Amino acid sequence: MGMTITQKILAKHAGKDYVEPGELINCKVDVVLGNDVTSPVAIAEFEKLGVEKVFDRDRIMLVPDHFTPNKDIKSAEQCKIVREFARKHGITNYFEIGKMGIEHCLLPEQGLVLPGDVVIGADSHTCTYGALGAFATGVGSTDMAAAMATGEAWFKVPETIKFVYYGKLPEWVSGKDLILHTIGDIGVDGARYMAMEFTGEVIRNLSMDNRFTMANMAIEAGGKNGIIEPDEITLSYVKGRAKRDFVLYKSDEDAPYFEIREYDVSKLEPLVAFPHLPENVRPVSEATHVLIDQVVIGSCTNGRIEDLEIAARIMQGKKVHPEVRVIIIPGTQEIYLEAMKRGYIQIFIEAGAAVSTPTCGPCLGGHMGILAKGEKALATTNRNFVGRMGHPESEVYLASPAVAAASALKGRITPPWEV
Amino acid sequence: MKFTGKVYKFGADIDTDAIIPARYLNTFDPAELAKHCMEDADPEFPKKVKKGDIIVADKNFGCGSSREHAPIAIKAAGVSCVIAKSFARIFYRNSINIGLPILECPEAVDAINEGDEIEVDFATGKIKNLRTGEEFKASPFPPFMQEIMDKGGLINYVKAKIEKNA
Repeated sequence: MGMTITQKILAKHAGKDYVEPGELINCKVDVVLGNDVTSPVAIAEFEKLGVEKVFDRDRIMLVPDHFTPNKDIKSAEQCKIVREFARKHGITNYFEIGKMGIEHCLLPEQGLVLPGDVVIGADSHTCTYGALGAFATGVGSTDMAAAMATGEAWFKVPETIKFVYYGKLPEWVSGKDLILHTIGDIGVDGARYMAMEFTGEVIRNLSMDNRFTMANMAIEAGGKNGIIEPDEITLSYVKGRAKRDFVLYKSDEDAPYFEIREYDVSKLEPLVAFPHLPENVRPVSEATHVLIDQVVIGSCTNGRIEDLEIAARIMQGKKVHPEVRVIIIPGTQEIYLEAMKRGYIQIFIEAGAAVSTPTCGPCLGGHMGILAKGEKALATTNRNFVGRMGHPESEVYLASPAVAAASALKGRITPPWEV
Repeated sequence: MKFTGKVYKFGADIDTDAIIPARYLNTFDPAELAKHCMEDADPEFPKKVKKGDIIVADKNFGCGSSREHAPIAIKAAGVSCVIAKSFARIFYRNSINIGLPILECPEAVDAINEGDEIEVDFATGKIKNLRTGEEFKASPFPPFMQEIMDKGGLINYVKAKIEKNA
């Protein structure tokens, strides 16, 4: 029997010709990742192992991006632990402030995660790299610690749900809307423990930035990984970035799928996920009664150049609503620079938005835009759980950068065609 | 391992932000994290939970972030065991890795109420409601995961493996 792309990558890294869903395997990992929240725990566990060296100093990525630039003394202490570990072990890919970006924007951009890789990261949105045709999944700090020592991790080979998107993608409908639609359909545990394979003509024509957004939110449906077969679009992104060889895998014709779900996207509208779960999805036209206090454009979900491009296009020459605070966070320094060159940063600042250095910041209620009791935010981020962006009685609505930019101008949730 | 404790019951899709809000993640000191355990699901929980108490929850417990701080906070708060209809993948993995006993048993969740005293035999997966006398059986762990838990978590398991190969 054939294998899915996920099975093939796992089989290769387990040194096997074939693996089947449900099988428990031990895999070599290509990349191990951690951030400033999860790495200190991993480092403490690593020390307990009593090994002197990490398995490969070039394959461990340490990206302090959550509470950085250090938001308080405790965060500074955590970052110090990560920095000192990186220096002690000569970690090549430690990203200090000034070079740091949001991990899941940064690693693909720097060509450090590649098609065919097995990547584990002590961050749930590690699944982002599936957009490149890699197997990438989030784990905890203890798994990260073990992998830093051994270069290996155990996995249960997941079943795969295949999602086929067909039809013509309407204007203003983005990768964010496709994934919100999917989560709305199957629910926040609809793909629990499973691989989500995104396919179909719509995906084949989707840009890399939009593909990253889709794979990024696989975890919001409980998925183990999201994955897209690499193609010409993938190759043109990876070309010039890749710092090592990589392998392209594709699912076999007779690969086993747990389920196949098909979506005609032709009549899809931009979507908004209402509090307090990403599955509470409604068309933007049914959300226009919601008044907002803050807009956040950024995060590992939507902090890339195309996200800023569409926001700039909508905000150009306009002013943000006087009762809305707008915070725009480019995902990496490279994205920030590119946005400057293209004039986006000037557009944002002239419109009355604040532009920040890369950080996860407000997405997880860390810093740089915390909500007070009763406040509402529209964000291009990935989670709208209770208290996610601040006070337990605040609310987060999730949407695309186009909806976020339009809403920033109007002070209420607004379809992009209305501005 | 056998536990007897009072049940605190929670609903579906309890996420890691509810278990330990990110505003407290600037430390990984278990005692600090325990002070805020389950705070955004039930602000009184950290004050009322006692050593040995048991969390019983509906489906998809621990969804969201990969933060190991979530099972660490629950363990440090003194909770002896978490029983749910299902667990989110990373939380499940983290609990096994750090040695927080967890069991999946939908029938038990439906039949157990807040405040019930229950007895859990982790080795056999047997759950007994001491109020009603009803008994339930949770599905067993695959041998490989059982081995990690028997060793007290992934670090001990990997350490033993490294020493064996040395």
